[in-house]
Amino acid sequence: MTDLFSKFDPLIEQRRALLSTGVTDPFNLVMEKVVSPTVAMCNGRETILLGTYNYMGMTFDPDVIAAGKQALDDFGAGTTGSRVLNGTYAGHRAVEDALKDFYGMDHAMVFSTGYQANLGIISTIAGKGDYIVLDIDSHASIWDGCKMGDAEVVPFKHNDIEAMEKRLKRIPEGAGKLVVLEGVYSMLGDIAPLKEMIAVAKKHGAMVLVDEAHSMGFIGPNGRGVAEDQGCLDDVDFVIGTFSKSVGTVGGFCVSNHPKFEIMRLVCRPYVFTASLPPSVVATACTSIRKLMHAGDKRAHLWENSRTLHKGLRDAGFTLGTDEPQSAIIAVIMPDLERGALMWEALLEEGLYVNLARPPATPAGMTLLRCSLCAEHSAEQVQTIIGMFERAGKRAGILG
Amino acid sequence: MDRAETAAKIAALIEPFNKKGVAITDASTFAGDLEFDSLTVMDFVAEIEDAFDIIISMNQQAEIENYGQLIDAVVKLQG
Repeated sequence: MTDLFSKFDPLIEQRRALLSTGVTDPFNLVMEKVVSPTVAMCNGRETILLGTYNYMGMTFDPDVIAAGKQALDDFGAGTTGSRVLNGTYAGHRAVEDALKDFYGMDHAMVFSTGYQANLGIISTIAGKGDYIVLDIDSHASIWDGCKMGDAEVVPFKHNDIEAMEKRLKRIPEGAGKLVVLEGVYSMLGDIAPLKEMIAVAKKHGAMVLVDEAHSMGFIGPNGRGVAEDQGCLDDVDFVIGTFSKSVGTVGGFCVSNHPKFEIMRLVCRPYVFTASLPPSVVATACTSIRKLMHAGDKRAHLWENSRTLHKGLRDAGFTLGTDEPQSAIIAVIMPDLERGALMWEALLEEGLYVNLARPPATPAGMTLLRCSLCAEHSAEQVQTIIGMFERAGKRAGILG
Repeated sequence: MDRAETAAKIAALIEPFNKKGVAITDASTFAGDLEFDSLTVMDFVAEIEDAFDIIISMNQQAEIENYGQLIDAVVKLQG
């Protein structure tokens, strides 16, 4: 039968072939109970979580949970409305104030997800006749924001400053320019040379948007991200971020010092035409963000975890996405999808959950086992994880 | 640069990307006949852009399905 679903046949067949080997479906895992930021029950087994982006372990912070419960009692389960109509409660303003304080910026706008933040800001500010110059390894939400707008979209090779500059030079005189970069690229866990790239972008008169989703909370002296760490945050026009990683709940945001930024609330469709976040969510986010401003010890422990796991896996013989740990993401490169799925399953049987990532999400057609560390992983857990990887690697035939 | 000159220059540029040695005509498609995946497309487009000092945006790439359309687009983009 041929119909609109026929275009998915190759993927359906790939999935059927993979599952017919008897391997557990890596994209259908259910967590039956979540014990803590680092432990859940999966298939009746206690499982260490190493693929949650819960970098700062705020999901079970007692103050965060108390704030959420209080907001449920005081404001109810949901707003049932758009931010520009009946969907702005005191909590929405409070979390935007917390973001302004966290980043030291003049404006903050909260979206219902991080995906919508990129979708909304990019598609709204870059219009017909403008040019968006972006890294080819950008997140799907950035690409979709480009597609939704009417600007000309010009990608360049990942982290290649020269390739970016060549493209900026060729843009017709007078056209508006937006350069879109990420602090941490989530597939390999590598960071961007933002200082150099932003200097080049500014030299060519471009505005700069940086997605700091995977750096907020622990990179930079105040956890503001890679741009802060490299001393160039003041040159970033728009920082995009999310509540679904270090903040520990769900939601997205943009912070900016642009004097006209507030007009975005009226013209940005993914902000206007959707319901705002529930009161409990903005209350948990607000409490979490304010606590993250004073989380220096947790940041230091997370970096220690990242360094220990990176060294342990490399010494064990795995191929990693970066030579040095650059973030809290450590990507273990698998030879192909089949063996990647086998290794993923072997790890799950050991009691360890990681993300199986595959094309088109991954660069260069790679299959990855992506590990994201948490500040709440104990030093002992990290050693346990390394042991699990060694045993699973031998069983799955990844290690010799 | 006229169409013939442009075509000659592109013919030289595409050679290293034509790994299967497909006989290329104006009707040859990149996805189908030449079996270019997205990474190959990115590298090939970058080569063309650098060689002619032009931008072929993603929006324009979406309109280019075959070799002849690429030559026409490059001729036009050179102004």
